Amino acid sequence: MDTMAAIKQTFFQECEEQLSELETGLLSIEDGDHDGETINAVFRAVHSIKGGAGAFNLGALVKFAHVFESAMDLVRTGRMSPGPDVLKVMLRAADVLADLVRAARADETLDPSRTDPIIEELKALTVAGSPPEPEEAATPFEFVPVMVDLGDFDDLGGFGDLGGPGELGAAGDLGGVGEPGDLGGSDAPAGLPSFRIRFKPRAELYAKGNETTILLRELDRLGTMTVACDTGEVPRLGEIDPEGAYLAWTIDLQTTQGEAAIREIFDFVEWDSTLAIEPFGTFDAVEPDADFSADNDPFQALAPSPVVFAKPETVVAPVPAVDIKAPDVSAALPGAPDEAAVERKATVATAQPTIRVDLDRVDRLIDLVGELVINQAMLAERVTEAGLARVSAVAIGLDELEQLTREIQDSVMAIRAQPVKSVFQRMPRLVREVAAQTGKNVRLVTEGEATEVDKTVIERLSDPLTHMIRNAIDHGLESPETRRQSGKPAEGLVRLSALHRSGRIVIEVADDGAGINRPRVKSIAVDKGLIAPDAKLTDDEIDNLIFLPGFSTAAVVSDISGRGVGMDVVKRSIQALGGRISISSKPGLGSTFTLSLPLTLAVLDGMVVTVAGQTLVIPLTAIVETLLPKATTVHGFGEGSRVIGVRNGFIPLIDVGQVLQYRADATDPKNGIALLVETEGGTRSALLVDAIQGQRQVVIKSLEANYGHVEGIAAATILGDGRVALILDVDAVVVSSRLENFDTSLALAG
Amino acid sequence: MIEKPKIDALSMRELISFRIGAQEFCVDIMSVREIRGWTPATQLPHSPGFVRGVINLRGAVLSIIDLAARFGLPETEPSARHVIIVAQVGPQVVGLLVDAVSDILTVSNDSIQPTPDVASDMARSFVRGVLALEGRMISLIGLDNLLPAPERVAA
Repeated sequence: MDTMAAIKQTFFQECEEQLSELETGLLSIEDGDHDGETINAVFRAVHSIKGGAGAFNLGALVKFAHVFESAMDLVRTGRMSPGPDVLKVMLRAADVLADLVRAARADETLDPSRTDPIIEELKALTVAGSPPEPEEAATPFEFVPVMVDLGDFDDLGGFGDLGGPGELGAAGDLGGVGEPGDLGGSDAPAGLPSFRIRFKPRAELYAKGNETTILLRELDRLGTMTVACDTGEVPRLGEIDPEGAYLAWTIDLQTTQGEAAIREIFDFVEWDSTLAIEPFGTFDAVEPDADFSADNDPFQALAPSPVVFAKPETVVAPVPAVDIKAPDVSAALPGAPDEAAVERKATVATAQPTIRVDLDRVDRLIDLVGELVINQAMLAERVTEAGLARVSAVAIGLDELEQLTREIQDSVMAIRAQPVKSVFQRMPRLVREVAAQTGKNVRLVTEGEATEVDKTVIERLSDPLTHMIRNAIDHGLESPETRRQSGKPAEGLVRLSALHRSGRIVIEVADDGAGINRPRVKSIAVDKGLIAPDAKLTDDEIDNLIFLPGFSTAAVVSDISGRGVGMDVVKRSIQALGGRISISSKPGLGSTFTLSLPLTLAVLDGMVVTVAGQTLVIPLTAIVETLLPKATTVHGFGEGSRVIGVRNGFIPLIDVGQVLQYRADATDPKNGIALLVETEGGTRSALLVDAIQGQRQVVIKSLEANYGHVEGIAAATILGDGRVALILDVDAVVVSSRLENFDTSLALAG
Repeated sequence: MIEKPKIDALSMRELISFRIGAQEFCVDIMSVREIRGWTPATQLPHSPGFVRGVINLRGAVLSIIDLAARFGLPETEPSARHVIIVAQVGPQVVGLLVDAVSDILTVSNDSIQPTPDVASDMARSFVRGVLALEGRMISLIGLDNLLPAPERVAA
């Protein structure tokens, strides 16, 4: 059962990949890429999901995928052109398919009202796009001619047993692959002796463990052969006896070896089958065997024109011909479309070989490399202490070691790095949905999808980005009428881009909407008591008001960007990732939100400071500027609190040593350095430390693993001297300094 | 409460004994990962007095518990001669600061006597039993409650 669960797990993982491939493919078709390979890839994605879902008995998923696949097939075979209308339906179908997969994964059932309309639309497409065909019947298994590549014997283990429902299903899945084979005597060159072998196994043959496929392969060794399989006796699915035998084979074999050699192959099965071997062309001379002459004489079907299609009312096509010219069917039949071959080629062309690795293993490796870097730094320090010259062999060797360790560190980090594509990919769907809800025309342009960043960053980027894009459409873009009135195209543009800039990833969400309505933002902020009514704010400061907690500009709280979640939550989650968010807005031209994030969460850029003899690391992202406090700028402010004057405002001054209880008494600000930090909600504070040691990239170590959470401390790290240093949790320190209730306008004025 | 025998059917178990001041204690050898010398620890803010801080144990951050202070004895003044016993406590690894490690003892479970009924906090919280050996009294320590309680919940 566990194995099954694991396989199912893998299936769902692959589903995710297929789904993203599906959406990418559809989008590029939408952009005008009508390349057969792209269309094939899309078809394959749906097909694979259907196949896997069938194996796990996920009925709803199979049903939907089947309808979807039928529609896709029309596009693939050129019977329907992928116009914008068709693609719109297909993109929505892809969304529903994704929902179905998700529901199946969670063992839930999706509301049929979600799937049924799309199924109807897809069916409408299918009907409109193609003349009715026999296999269009509503049966889940259409039975059509199958190409069999004997070279892939392992894949066809149950081949000889054809007659079991499982095999039928599998064969049906290869829907529409082959053409009935070009068998018949026409291609038998004169000269070589030819034999026509008619072979009909009985159930006992299979019961004894024999295998038609093996026999056929043996025959193939004797010469050149053409094989036709007669499935005329295969009953309806419900009547099939899984252990029954329903197939008969007719083999035309050209061989220099005599009949005896052929008989030898059938030596062990002759008694459990009906076998007739005759020299080619003497067809009439042989009396049809009783078993063969039932109601549908297979030999009739093997007349020179062997292509006989199903009667429309029957589910099973009577003569799927199997053409065997081992080992490679596609090579022998260049004209016939061979799905398997196409698939193989595509895999080679598009996918680089990858392996799935447990994330824990990668993290362990990253940990170890972090230690290696620390150890290397320690070693270098010892060498310097030992007074060795910089040109000594040891020092030079150490330099090389340092370069190597850096390179290893970069490469290991790169394992965790993934292109932002995985999160960008979810956005087109979101845009479609929000656009439909708001009645706006929106075009999403994404750039820099290949930009790589740590997996954890990507995972935690999804929510803020979703929210920002919703905001951009809901609040940023105007309605189509308003846009037309102001001379803009009715279709709004949302641009999502990513790029690397100085060791960080910068992600921009830009819209070409109305920009921030500053008078309104300001009046809302005043109404909500966030700023004083007479506060004088620059445009920039007004724009930044939207990041304040409890701020929401929508007059009506819509179900799109409403829910009481504002940009402050976005800002907080970005800051939790060690990132920053900023906004620039031009009235009438649109707004741009810029996120700047670290490439990894395993290391952090920190400022190393000294407080009461202890070494602390303060995340660089929190620090806005550093100041040298003068006695004249620091003022006592009530009981035990102090503020520092920074330009035209006052900011609370927090003695880090006191907050962390390293010392009981406040230190003299003149002897220290103030670090201006920004915390949640844009409030600013100044942290007083004794000295700055420098800036350093540090490896983050958990304190929770072997101890527990410590108030005011985010994590620990190990410095070059091998000592543990604590990383300050700036927000917590500011909060625990119990000075939350100061005027926001003061902070903004900084 | 006596822990289940771990060694063999004869109920023999191995213990590591150590000294804090004049008193002797021991812990089950199975929970001891390594023994190392004292290195200066980085102080942790807002922590109880018996938490000496954290040190770097080959890349992992290891918290150090001053067992003397934990047991309500005078705080240790650590020097290079002091010893840290690195022990596994549940999912965590903790360093125990002690004066010196003395012995590895192999004793039968029968020789472990119930904790004498004294008023001491230490006796009730940490001592799982005592054993008499050549006239010495050695207290068997359970490691479960060593870390400060709220942090352990948070961890």
